[in-house]
Amino acid sequence: MPSSDLRRTIDSLYRSESGRILATLVRLLGGNLELAEEAMHEAFAAALETWAETGVPNKPRPWLLSTGRFKAVDVMRRRGRSGAAHADLVIALEARADDEPRAEEEMEDDRLRLVFTCCHPALPPEAQVALTLREVCGLKTEEIAQAFLVTTATLAQRIVRAKAVIRAQALPYQVPASQDLPARLGAVLHVVYLVFNAGYSGDATAAALSLEAIRLDRLLLDLLPEPEVMGLLGLMLLQESRRAARRTPEGELILLDHQDRSLWNREQIAEGIALTESALRSRRFGAYTLQAAIAAVHAESSSAASTDWHQIVLLYDRLLGIQPSPVVELNRAVAVAMHEGPEHGLRLVDDLLARDELASYHLAHAARADLCRRLGRLAEARASYEKALSLARQEPERRFLSRRLGELK
Amino acid sequence: MKYICLGYYDPARQAAWTEDEQNAMFDECFAYDDHLRANGHFAGGEALQPSNTALTLYWQNDHVATTDGPYAETKEQLGGILVLEARDMNHAIALMSQHPSVRFGSRWEIRPAADLSAMTKASEERRRNPGARRSSNT
Repeated sequence: MPSSDLRRTIDSLYRSESGRILATLVRLLGGNLELAEEAMHEAFAAALETWAETGVPNKPRPWLLSTGRFKAVDVMRRRGRSGAAHADLVIALEARADDEPRAEEEMEDDRLRLVFTCCHPALPPEAQVALTLREVCGLKTEEIAQAFLVTTATLAQRIVRAKAVIRAQALPYQVPASQDLPARLGAVLHVVYLVFNAGYSGDATAAALSLEAIRLDRLLLDLLPEPEVMGLLGLMLLQESRRAARRTPEGELILLDHQDRSLWNREQIAEGIALTESALRSRRFGAYTLQAAIAAVHAESSSAASTDWHQIVLLYDRLLGIQPSPVVELNRAVAVAMHEGPEHGLRLVDDLLARDELASYHLAHAARADLCRRLGRLAEARASYEKALSLARQEPERRFLSRRLGELK
Repeated sequence: MKYICLGYYDPARQAAWTEDEQNAMFDECFAYDDHLRANGHFAGGEALQPSNTALTLYWQNDHVATTDGPYAETKEQLGGILVLEARDMNHAIALMSQHPSVRFGSRWEIRPAADLSAMTKASEERRRNPGARRSSNT
């Protein structure tokens, strides 16, 4: 195999296998993330050299893992760390070499431990996101930096500092005990959804993040089949199903009611709806599942007019019951406007704006502008579009609002 | 991916060390370089002679001019460069933070190598076909 092909093969193996191998090495090394990472990199470097001679083995994963284990022993010897604990670790690592099948079984649990460490609440949220993408998903520092529009140096330091916190506070490498699990799982799902949203409206580089979030949640679901893990996967698939319809070829935003629904991805919709229904049946679902249920109602409708808006309002009521938030109230108000008429929606939006929490949220003003437009109150519509435009930051949204404003003049 | 690591050191500080201290540093640094080499991370590197051996070349009044010494005179001087093969920036950081020279007071600036392959290709195209660009503009 030419060396450039081998490099490509190893690169794609890195993306699919590095999270697993790293996770298992962390466990074997008693929670030492940095040592595990070094050993894993050395194993991939060794693969490049060895496989050029021998070809790629049929099962690359056990090869990489056992090489990583030997490399870890090398690293510890080279660093000359002494002491009983260290000697025990070397003996344990060498003994484990004959233990492949059991190791394979344990590997999946290891990945889950790694996710919980990367999403530990002791780390700042942005560091949780960066660390998860790099350590669990195998993305490069440079790729993550580009997707989040920060410099490589900034992102690299975020990761270095997060690892320092893990080391200094000796963050445990384990799946939390059952009484802590709901809260800790909530933090993990939050990271997954942040990753997804970073890719939601972005360009192709960012869009890869949405797929990464879906991949990550599939992994979580395999390991931890909780209703909200299922609900979040359903929600992301249903939102992702509309990607091709959300923009014109020139990159202009198209809102839900104007989208060409034949462009929606039916396969993702079918899977998203099935997952949402299973999550709902569990009766232990939460906010992600309810949002997925709302997305499912849209996905099942052939047009905005034929959408079951009453059902959507009821789902928003339940969502508000478990997750009160002015943004959810705003979305509910828009659904009320579709169901009972714009004047009812406008009253709710005005009440919300009067409460000040959403006063600087551009979408609240954009919603008000749209309702005024539909009621023929054009001067108010213009004023609200102008307010929204002054608050919006993303370019496609600004162009959309300018276009709407232009249509009113 | 390649990372160019520029190592800076303070000559005055190192001059004050005993021969044993200097040898200890070199032995550790060379051993680590060997380790990088053995694992395919060392893509090249050179130590530099002191900055008083340097000469700087530049363009002045339509001529090439030269002057003694390095381009920028600082207390810390560029002592060597190391070309590192690493997966990403954090891998490069992990490899270099174990370099023993860091403990001995050197600073490393780590710069990703720029990929100029698209630029090179465009330039080759222009040089092969010098009239193309002009005619497409008219």
